[in-house]
Amino acid sequence: MNQPNPASRHFQGLIERGTSRRSAARVRVDRAFSLACLGITLIAVLALVILLASILIEGASGLSWSFIQNYASRIPDQAGIKAPLFGSIWVASICAIVALPVGVATAVYLEEFAAKNRFTNFLRINISNLAGVPSIVYGILGLTLFVRMFGLFGPVQNPAFEVGGETFAIYYDSMGEPLRVPVADRNETPRLVTGSIGYMQDIFDGPDGELIFTNDWSPIPLTIVNADADFSPAYGVITVDNAVEPIDFEIEKSWYYVQFPFGQTVLAGGLTLMLVVLPVVIISSQEALRSVPGSLRAGSMAMGATRLQTVWKVTLPASIPMIMTGAILAMSRAIGEAAPILVLGVALFITDVPQNLMDAFTVLPMQIYNWTSRPQEEFRALAATGIIVLLGVLLAFNAIAILIRQKFSRPLQ
Amino acid sequence: MPSTPPQPEYKTFVEICESGRPRSTKTRSFQEGGVRSLLVACASFSILVTTLIIGILAYETARFLQDVSVWDFLTGLEWNPLLGEERHFGIWPLIVGTLLVTLVAAVFALPIGLVTAIFLSEYAPAWLRSILKPILEVLAGIPTVVYGFFALIVITPVLQSLGRVFTGEDTFGAYSAGSAGLAVGIMILPIVTSLSEDAIRAVPKGLRDGAFALGSTRFDTSVKVVVPAALSGIMASYLLAITRAIGETMIVALAAGGLSQMTFLPWEQVQTMTAYMVQIFLGDAPATGVEYKSSFAVAGVLFLMTFLLTFSGYRILIRFREEYE
Repeated sequence: MNQPNPASRHFQGLIERGTSRRSAARVRVDRAFSLACLGITLIAVLALVILLASILIEGASGLSWSFIQNYASRIPDQAGIKAPLFGSIWVASICAIVALPVGVATAVYLEEFAAKNRFTNFLRINISNLAGVPSIVYGILGLTLFVRMFGLFGPVQNPAFEVGGETFAIYYDSMGEPLRVPVADRNETPRLVTGSIGYMQDIFDGPDGELIFTNDWSPIPLTIVNADADFSPAYGVITVDNAVEPIDFEIEKSWYYVQFPFGQTVLAGGLTLMLVVLPVVIISSQEALRSVPGSLRAGSMAMGATRLQTVWKVTLPASIPMIMTGAILAMSRAIGEAAPILVLGVALFITDVPQNLMDAFTVLPMQIYNWTSRPQEEFRALAATGIIVLLGVLLAFNAIAILIRQKFSRPLQ
Repeated sequence: MPSTPPQPEYKTFVEICESGRPRSTKTRSFQEGGVRSLLVACASFSILVTTLIIGILAYETARFLQDVSVWDFLTGLEWNPLLGEERHFGIWPLIVGTLLVTLVAAVFALPIGLVTAIFLSEYAPAWLRSILKPILEVLAGIPTVVYGFFALIVITPVLQSLGRVFTGEDTFGAYSAGSAGLAVGIMILPIVTSLSEDAIRAVPKGLRDGAFALGSTRFDTSVKVVVPAALSGIMASYLLAITRAIGETMIVALAAGGLSQMTFLPWEQVQTMTAYMVQIFLGDAPATGVEYKSSFAVAGVLFLMTFLLTFSGYRILIRFREEYE
């Protein structure tokens, strides 16, 4: 007790300057400072109010069921947000499924198992550094690691490894209708040429090695010609147009379809966002575990439980509400991130909801960015409406977090 | 005696011990080892991530530096990678642009954040605190692309009309570092506030009591005792906020413009490092072109800057932490 309190030096100034008596002037300063504080604090409130108000003014009128039901369009009136909305939900779910177990396991290791040594210290510094890495840098990591896989499996457009898909070459006839021709893989040159015979729905192999187009009324048998054949056009015969190489490939994917490299797919996007939020999940789970009183652990260990049993049956259940709250906040961060997804090079014009881990996608913030960056007023209004939807999704997430916190939180003492 | 508080519904430890089949200590320690290595693997994943980031950025930067000399890259004052007959790859305009936006954000958010933190922890009555805290949390949860939108449709027009009022001419254009900087400032404000407030609240009550006992007003107590005692935490929160501002992408991509130039005038448009990366990755630059590779080198510089900032924040927090018993 002879040691001087290290805090005492803080009072030195007060004592030396003879401030031990309240004077009217100092009370006035205090009063003025208090008011100034209140005023400055209200700046944050004001910012939020103006922000929300401006978005509502711009975007509330565009909010309708058709806006949520429609896909992207170049015509502002018909544009909707269905694809990015579902894309965001897909990506956030993948992100949660991977980030949660890895993050919580890391936190459990650091808080419950790790010895106090250099490795542990290094881990801690490393995680706090990762939390400070800009999200766009994670985008670059995701691009190289997931989208391209270091180029180990060939280019993204022509993946070297595919399982569970049927490949179709896509041509467009002169009416602009797509023709789908089944091929073995993307390297095979299909034996079809393009032409125009009105509206065609599908094409499949006929009995004599010919291809049969179907339209709405009846199947039309066609002679197959090579792309370089000299063939005079006739009714019902598809003629050589300009397309020798297929315009595009389409893959009919079974649910287990996988390709390496992943390309700009939902899975790559979700995993990239997982990298972004992993440090956040780790840090919030660490805080959750730290909040569990040591007496609970000590009691469990005293009853002969191993560390693992203690963690599994005592510590984790007690900290689940906090972990879940942190996790949901991390997920809302993932939903709001645009930069890493942008780096992956996802297509801006998606007109389909992802059905599969290997489907193309876009996310809400990307769509909002796209609309905002256009000069036309109409697209700004669309962006505002998109923001309302995005904030609505985030609000729903946070409501769930609050519900979980209330439902599961129990007194620990 | 008041009635006992509701007991938590945990199993008693005896129940825990009796649940499940009895296992030999050997099995248990075997399981323990297995789970332990699984946990170590998960923990090591974060190290793998860091290694991969550094490795990829270093590799791609090295490839870029085969085309452009290190000297030109690190000392050049002109960044003109896409157009023109002679292309220039001097990083400084991008760094200056980034610093300008960060500076505007810091000048706005750091003082306001600290004062708000002081107000919340020292002055505000509980009811006001319980309103203000959630508002700040909402502000922290808003995606940055929304702030970018806000900068374009609200901050920029306001700055434009302010500029017209004060100078009589159009100083602010449609894109400006100032507009983006203010939006970034609003974005980092809740970070500064909540982390500083944590640091301030961690100062033990005894210090405040001592100051009050010496006749201090609340102003004296907060400014001369509490804030100095919490200084390490406040500094750490500042550094973290600056790191976030430097790495912020969507706001600057939307509101700061796309012209890379060496300027410290907030009404000029600037290109930040992140905004350049957006331009490249969103555009159709061929993946083999030198301008495409340059974005990786820019990312490397960005990573290095944020890494140094986060690391020094961590050191400050460890080294200058005031420990009170």
